[in-house]
Amino acid sequence: MRKPIEIRLMQGNEACAQAALDAGVRFFAGYPITPSTEIAEWMARELPALGGKFIQMEDEIASISAVIGASLTGAKAMTATSGPGFSLMQENIGYACMIEIPCLIVNVQRGGPSTGRPTAPAQGDVMQSRWGTHGDHPAIVITPWSVDETYYLTVKAVNLAERFRTPVILLLDEVIAHLREDVRKPDPRKLKLLERPRPSRDRNRFRPFGGALDEVPPIADIGMGYRCNYTGLVHDEAGHPSNSPEVTDQLIRRLVGKVEARREEIVHWEETFMEDAQVVVLAYGCSARSAMRAVKTARTQGLRAGMIRPTTLWPFPDKAVEKAAAMGLPVLVPEMNLGQIVLEVERLAAGRVPVKRLSRVDGQLFTPDEILAALKEGF
Amino acid sequence: MPASSNQALKWPDPVQIRLSGSGGQGLILAGIILAAAAIRDGYHVIQTQSYGPEARGGASVAEVIIGSDPIDYPHVEKADILLALTQQACDKFLPGVSEKGLVVLDLQLVETVPETGAAVLRLPIVQTARSEVGREMVANIVALGALNSAAGLVTWTSLEEAVGERVPAEFFELNKRALEAGRILATREQKKNRGEQA
Repeated sequence: MRKPIEIRLMQGNEACAQAALDAGVRFFAGYPITPSTEIAEWMARELPALGGKFIQMEDEIASISAVIGASLTGAKAMTATSGPGFSLMQENIGYACMIEIPCLIVNVQRGGPSTGRPTAPAQGDVMQSRWGTHGDHPAIVITPWSVDETYYLTVKAVNLAERFRTPVILLLDEVIAHLREDVRKPDPRKLKLLERPRPSRDRNRFRPFGGALDEVPPIADIGMGYRCNYTGLVHDEAGHPSNSPEVTDQLIRRLVGKVEARREEIVHWEETFMEDAQVVVLAYGCSARSAMRAVKTARTQGLRAGMIRPTTLWPFPDKAVEKAAAMGLPVLVPEMNLGQIVLEVERLAAGRVPVKRLSRVDGQLFTPDEILAALKEGF
Repeated sequence: MPASSNQALKWPDPVQIRLSGSGGQGLILAGIILAAAAIRDGYHVIQTQSYGPEARGGASVAEVIIGSDPIDYPHVEKADILLALTQQACDKFLPGVSEKGLVVLDLQLVETVPETGAAVLRLPIVQTARSEVGREMVANIVALGALNSAAGLVTWTSLEEAVGERVPAEFFELNKRALEAGRILATREQKKNRGEQA
């Protein structure tokens, strides 16, 4: 008999790829790049047997284009890359936001800028994942801290892309991507999977870009027999280019509004030891692994530290920081960059509590000791 | 530690293990097999690796952490157990071994052993793989058999199953013999050491 949960040793990249398959992804286009290559390798091996398609493209711009094209036909589609490739993809990530195409983009962060440090971890793409493409646009960015969580959050990412008709970015880092850990891999048939909203009404009234400011309009697969016009230009409810100020305003507000209005469905964070905390560490991804150890050690030494760990970076879990600030708790933010998420924390703390940043940009994971030292040093 | 382990463990929980040598010696595979075996025994595990840019010949190290609870910080801080299959690896990693640790070294490839408080087991691992098992390629599995026999980390059944899961089917028997050869090496040496002490 098949066990509902099977425990397996998997690498972060493998867990991501397998989860995408289990979530229904059947198209992958990408250009191999360290430290994300294992995702492409896994897909190249597994997709053909599932009737899916794997294409190694000539570069990352072509990769994201192929992903958008595949998704337009109704397939759940993804790509995986690292910083340099993520930079190349930005233009068409904006296009996918604009024409509201579900897709998964995995960025396994490495040291940057430019070619940087291919095999060294970093968390320098946090702001790029939010604002990398131009113009006001929605962003859903998810970041796991373990291999096990990578599996579950990849499924969530694919679901959110479908649910909100928008690109979703899974922001991994080199540490988690290459780590091997025990993963509770569920029976894929037990996973709750979401599908994009598809049209059910009569064809003449199909409005692929219509609806109220918080609405996700239906999308027809190309070939279903609905009239589809897709353009990166500002467009009306039918998809035709428009220069109307009213149409423009409605479109931009709805694109952002469909995600913002349903933050509760997306935003998630985990709180540990917050009940009696005197100070808080807010950390995500690989940094949270070191931070958790530091927090536990601090508590054995009489310093009651708590921890907030966002798994969604965008939309940012405002309420988590609001709560800490309302409780009067100083916040330490260790990041493997020179200060990105700390800006959000400072914005929300709004001077009510001290916020301290701890940066590491030498391509090495924080040690628990340096986070502990920063906690003890005070604010 | 969970009841599924039949070995009386003298190690801290979690226990930190470092397998070191040079690229091409199969240490990363050995680390993966050890981690997979520990999962079979019901433990939480971490396995990481690092190596030089060369495919062969550069320094290579695999880390395994095994614990009853989920492990937060994913790197080895102080190794409880070290395997070193080159002099360079021994020189580099021996100082990072805990005082109560265990060090398994290749007898021929590691000629000088720096001062250490840890227990040292010097075994002809590569030579045994070559002359007794018949393939130098399986030195990593001989080492794993010796290491597990000396340290009692995972059950023998789980270790064999994990080997079976990760090596091609036609080489399973060869690798099982390699594990066994490693086990005998370590047992014999430990017996000899005890005899000398007595």
